[in-house]
Amino acid sequence: MSTDPGLESLYREVILDHYKNPRGHGVIEDADAEAEGQNPLCGDEVSIFVTFGEDGETIDDVKFSGRGCAISQAATSMLMEMTKGRTADEVAALDKDELLAEIGVPLTPVRLKCAMLGLTTLKVALHKAKGTPLPDGLAGFDELDLS
Amino acid sequence: MGPRYHQSMAVSAGTKLDAQTLRRDFPIFEQEIHGKPLAFLDSAASSQKPRQVLDAMTEFYETSYANVHRGVYVLAERATEALEHARDRVRAFLNAPEAREVIFTRNATEGINLVAYAWGLSNLGPGDLVVVTELEHHSNFVPWQFIASKTGAELRMIPLDDQGELDLSVLDSVAGDGRVKVVATNLISNSLGTINPVAKLAEWAHAQGAIYLCDAAQGAPHTKVDVQALGVDFLAISGHKMCGPSGASALWGRAELLQAMDPFMTGGHMINSVRLEKTTWGELPHKFEAGTAPMAEAVGLGAAIDYLESVGLDAIEAHEHELAAYALGRLADVPGIKLYGPPAERRAGIVSFNLEDIHPHDVAQILDLQGVAIRAGHHCCQPLMQKLGVAATNRASFYLYTIPEEIDQLVDGLHAVRKVFA
Repeated sequence: MSTDPGLESLYREVILDHYKNPRGHGVIEDADAEAEGQNPLCGDEVSIFVTFGEDGETIDDVKFSGRGCAISQAATSMLMEMTKGRTADEVAALDKDELLAEIGVPLTPVRLKCAMLGLTTLKVALHKAKGTPLPDGLAGFDELDLS
Repeated sequence: MGPRYHQSMAVSAGTKLDAQTLRRDFPIFEQEIHGKPLAFLDSAASSQKPRQVLDAMTEFYETSYANVHRGVYVLAERATEALEHARDRVRAFLNAPEAREVIFTRNATEGINLVAYAWGLSNLGPGDLVVVTELEHHSNFVPWQFIASKTGAELRMIPLDDQGELDLSVLDSVAGDGRVKVVATNLISNSLGTINPVAKLAEWAHAQGAIYLCDAAQGAPHTKVDVQALGVDFLAISGHKMCGPSGASALWGRAELLQAMDPFMTGGHMINSVRLEKTTWGELPHKFEAGTAPMAEAVGLGAAIDYLESVGLDAIEAHEHELAAYALGRLADVPGIKLYGPPAERRAGIVSFNLEDIHPHDVAQILDLQGVAIRAGHHCCQPLMQKLGVAATNRASFYLYTIPEEIDQLVDGLHAVRKVFA
């Protein structure tokens, strides 16, 4: 069967590469910040763990675990590379378009939620640890435990 | 690729339907998706609509529209007559004794909530048991969980066996020494297609002194439902899953139970008299139909029932079994596939599966690019997904207009999915 051009652009090589070889995949024990996010549409779950450097602001290490579709896993993997070395404030202010540009394929509204799950969860983790602003709308969160 | 569907495999005996011909009644199929013919395999979520249903609603709007039950003018009388005719079509479709036992609701979820609130809040308390199954749609799970928590009653689950069928051997131990007050199950599982032994479950419920509610949202489109033969107390159907429009569904309940219940929603139309000190409720079914009814939609539901009966429920059921068997056979040949649910002869036209460890969203997205529409997700059955140990599955579901070529298109599409993730 011939492959639709749309198919190749959505599941382009870089996305499949991040999906199959996710960067920053794992768990950090005793993380300085962590949060768990869910996408109620598909039941996907992601946990994000952050440790800060000596200044207490710069992200020294960031990892994620969980399960999800290729788009959510690849986007979260890209996010790990994008945010390591930035400060909590910078990441809290990170525009979703910056991540979308990295993903580089047009997404339908449903898949946009998949792609944003990691970023939203990371911002919640930073909010809990540092009081940085929460992400817009908190879309995709079934239950928020901010305690 | 596997074998193609041969016309010789189609059955052409008297009670069989001709899906290829019926398809022409459905305008939705007159288009391509991503340049491919539309293979619509998501009828369990909502069915497509035949022109006959659309025309009936348009005609109602164009010739008979006014608010019902109030006006004394011609149009109000016509509209009332059309709504009550639709009610009687639902009554006949379910073989219910009386039309006043048929309550129009927005959807099956509302019908179940009606019983959970209006019956449950007054009849449940600490020490009482509400029994549902691991196979329920959230619509027949969450309302009971919520009302149980409000009343102090306990929610218990009838478990599934390895084939995705209810394990009835443990019924009595599920009840234990508790007081079972409600048993609520579906007739057909929206997720696995399992056909449940409703008559047996209703009998068991009654032996416990409980009421039995049947969620027939997935059952009524596919098999003849007879509330008297099944021996149920309440039964909810979903109009949009059976060729009717969205927004009009129905709950049937035994008159004596409905009469004894408080209303669910209050307001206009459902009253007998309103005084400052006290309001009295209207007769059945009006007591449970507060506010303006979904009139045109109910007319559409009546037309959908006419349509299904002209095709024949037996023929629809046989067609679906045939498609389920064909799909299970073809899908089994796809490397890396895992199929869920009972064998073809004991399931409706619903097939849930996973392909290797590829996420269902990715499977469904790649299929969409090939014109194939399937469901990917938890199908509003998270307790079942937990039981299966997965976050989500893919689900292909069939209806009277489904043709085997659509299943071929699905199988071809799955091979393309494997190639992307190879």
